[in-house]
Formats: sequence, structure tokens, C-alpha cells
Amino acid sequence: MKSLAELAAIKERMKDKVAIREGSGAMRVVVGMATCGIAAGARPVLGAFVEEVNKAGLAEKVTVTQTGCIGICQYEPVVEIFEDGKDKVTYVKMTAEKAARVVAEHIKGGKIVEEYTIGNK
Amino acid sequence: MKELSLNILDITQNSITAGASEITIALDEDAAGWLTLTIADNGCGMTEETLRRVRDPFYTTRTTRKVGMGISLLQLAAEQTGGSLTIESVHESVDPVGHGTTLSAVFDTTSIDFPPLGDIIETLCVTIQGHPEIDYVFTHTTPSCTARLATAELRQVLGDVSLGEFEVIEWIRGYLTEQYEAKDETHTNL
Repeated sequence: MKSLAELAAIKERMKDKVAIREGSGAMRVVVGMATCGIAAGARPVLGAFVEEVNKAGLAEKVTVTQTGCIGICQYEPVVEIFEDGKDKVTYVKMTAEKAARVVAEHIKGGKIVEEYTIGNK
Repeated sequence: MKELSLNILDITQNSITAGASEITIALDEDAAGWLTLTIADNGCGMTEETLRRVRDPFYTTRTTRKVGMGISLLQLAAEQTGGSLTIESVHESVDPVGHGTTLSAVFDTTSIDFPPLGDIIETLCVTIQGHPEIDYVFTHTTPSCTARLATAELRQVLGDVSLGEFEVIEWIRGYLTEQYEAKDETHTNL
């Protein structure tokens, strides 16, 4: 049974981490979560990014956030990746499976998955 | 929308955009099979003009394009089952303290057109992850049992650790899953 004591233990573990995270966040993954994105399947895409980033141990440098309508509804689910000093990368028609590959190859490996980007549609 | 839980995810974004600090999401099922979804917030509320036009799919407050389908889609989903949608709202210019919006949608779950509720736990996790600063109260009541989450209670334990932390979200997912599993054991129709 999930208990509040378990939650208190999480708090204890997080205490040190929070201090490190302040001021970092070199990479930002932004998932479009307006009506268009949600209807097209953005919820599992967001869930996959959150899970994969954490599984890969990248939570310290990558933040996964949500935004409204990006304005290209026909390409939803749309995911934008912002990195300091680099051009924004826009991934379109995303799925949870594609998200896992983007985390492994782009976010972790540094190599953009060109075939999922908007330029290739 | 394939699942009602996706409509809920979508409509909750309206409360977030309205600057709410507290959002209540309630699902109430009665013995006759009627399901009432209520989403209530203490956001800025809507003016009478906005409230009048909010069901119109060609009305939106956004600036990137000219349609706003969220409420229209939920209304359609409710009415297709023989249910209905109501919205009450008090704009902050009318009541600087008691402003906010309450949306209720009623569904006949016995109708063939009732969309599956779907993954309500994922909807809650995604909503909290996106805006962990907001307090959420979720209840799902059936004639035989209740699932419940009140983030203010978790916040008391967590202190300055965000509700959006991965481990906290996973805890919330487990906490809700356990409650739903307990439900299944009592053989409700969920």
C-alpha cells in the first residue's frame, strides 16, 4: 500500500538533487498539449518522454514541459526541443515509440532523428 | 477524443490557462448508470459574453488560430449519450474573491455512444506533471466505492519538493492504481 511515509522518503532523497538542479536545465523538451495535440495522441508521447528521460538518468539536465497549440495542428503530436546555443528542433506526428528513439539518439546521443523532424514531412 | 479521460485532460488545461490555483475534478456515478463529470476551478472566470459563446466551436480565446473545439467536443460526447453539459462562471471583475468556473457534463454510461473513460490516472499524472504548483482534488465515486487524491495533503509531506518530480508522479500513479484495483476486487462496473 502506498503510504505517506513513502512520500516522505522521496522528499529526503530529493533534497540533495533539488540543489543541483537549480540553474541547470540545458535542454528543454516541449510537448504541445492543446485540444489538437491531445486528440492526436500527445498524452502517451509526453508520458514516454518523462519516463525515458528519467530512465536514462537525464532528469538533471533535461526538463519535459507542456505547452498549448503550436499552430501546426495537422502535424500533431508536435514536440519541440530547445538546447542552449542550438537551433530549435521540431519533431512531428510523434508516438511513444518515436519518443523513446528521440531520447536515446538525440537527447542522449546528440544526433537529431532527421526522419521525424518537420523538414522531412 | 477516443476516451473521456482525454477530454478531461483537455478541459483541465482551460482551468490552468485561467490562472486557477485549485482545480477539482470529480466523477460521480449513480446506481442508474448516470455519470457526472465536474471540473471546478478558482481561475479568472469568464465574462457573460465569453460564457455565451464558449460552446461555439468557432469561438476561441487563443490567437494562433480561429477555432476552439475543446468544450464543443465534450458537449457532443455528453449529448450523444443523452446527457448534457452546463457551465457556470463568475468573472473576476464581478467577484474579485469568489470567481471561477464550474463545468458539469452528464453522461448515460449505459448508452452505446458512451466513450470509455480510459486512462484517468495518466490524465491526472500528466496534468500534475505539467503544472505541479496547482492544487488538485480528484474524486471518483461509484455506488460502492471512492478513489481520491488531494495534492494539498501530499504537499504537506513534500514541503518544497515539487509534485512534478518523476518519483512523486510515480507515487501518485501507484497510489491511484491501488485504489482502482481495490475497486475491481469489489466487482464494480469500472
